Amino acid sequence: MMQIVDFTPVRGLIGGSLIGLAAVFWWLTAGRIAGISGLLGQILETRGREGLWRWCFLAGLVMGAGGWMLTQGISWSVRFPVPWPLVAVSGVLVGVGAQMASGCTSGHGVCGLARGSRRSTLVVAVFLASGMLTVFVVRHGF
Amino acid sequence: MLLGWGLALSGMIRPEKVVHFLDVTGRFDPTLACVLCAAVAVTAVGYRLIARLSRRPWCVREYDPLRNRPVDAKLVVGAVLFGMGWGLAGLCPGPALADLASGSIRIVLFVAAMVVGMMTAQRIRRPVLQLGSPSPKTRGIQSEESDQRGA
Repeated sequence: MMQIVDFTPVRGLIGGSLIGLAAVFWWLTAGRIAGISGLLGQILETRGREGLWRWCFLAGLVMGAGGWMLTQGISWSVRFPVPWPLVAVSGVLVGVGAQMASGCTSGHGVCGLARGSRRSTLVVAVFLASGMLTVFVVRHGF
Repeated sequence: MLLGWGLALSGMIRPEKVVHFLDVTGRFDPTLACVLCAAVAVTAVGYRLIARLSRRPWCVREYDPLRNRPVDAKLVVGAVLFGMGWGLAGLCPGPALADLASGSIRIVLFVAAMVVGMMTAQRIRRPVLQLGSPSPKTRGIQSEESDQRGA
């Protein structure tokens, strides 16, 4: 049966708004969609100074998260629901998938949906369904 | 930085929380839906304001024209694979990078695997994955055909 756990709507809404603000700010300054996988993919493809501002964005992302966790003063342990070989497998899946679909939860999910792209809507629906199915199989299938 | 902060505050950097969101039939955590809705709403309003008020972005010459390319098999296959990985470990690229700040060895492993995956996908490109996966023997012929179609 469905059971609701660990629901934090207020933090979710505030955090989501901040993500939205970040996406808007990125559009206003860099004139680009704030897609994490897109940025990362372009960094991997281009060499030299071209990629500098992309590095800055990603560095900011890491520092923002790290800074917040520091102020919270709680120990930050990332717990994975699966053992490490599966972590590696899913890393590859996410990488290949994001590259092929030319976007991930940020590019398609936030920016794509916000500008009403049909393509992004389809991608989001597909990866949500596929993710839910995967969790179902892993958690309840055995 | 704002993005990292938002991700952390919303709890989206905790893989187990994401998995709970995707676990609709079991222990369900709807927080991610709130995060996504808020983010999409703010972004949608922001994009519209900018479209009306601003001619060009501050740091580069022009806004990315954002052509909507057609939906193809590659897009859908990619989304399916992405969802599988996402559901398995509960991490997508943004939160994975944000989690690097934790210094966890498993996150480093995940990000490394992700980068390898992306580079592999960049190598393969279009020909191999057009509608169904052709057997290795016919792959050469298939890619020639698709090259012609693309030309």
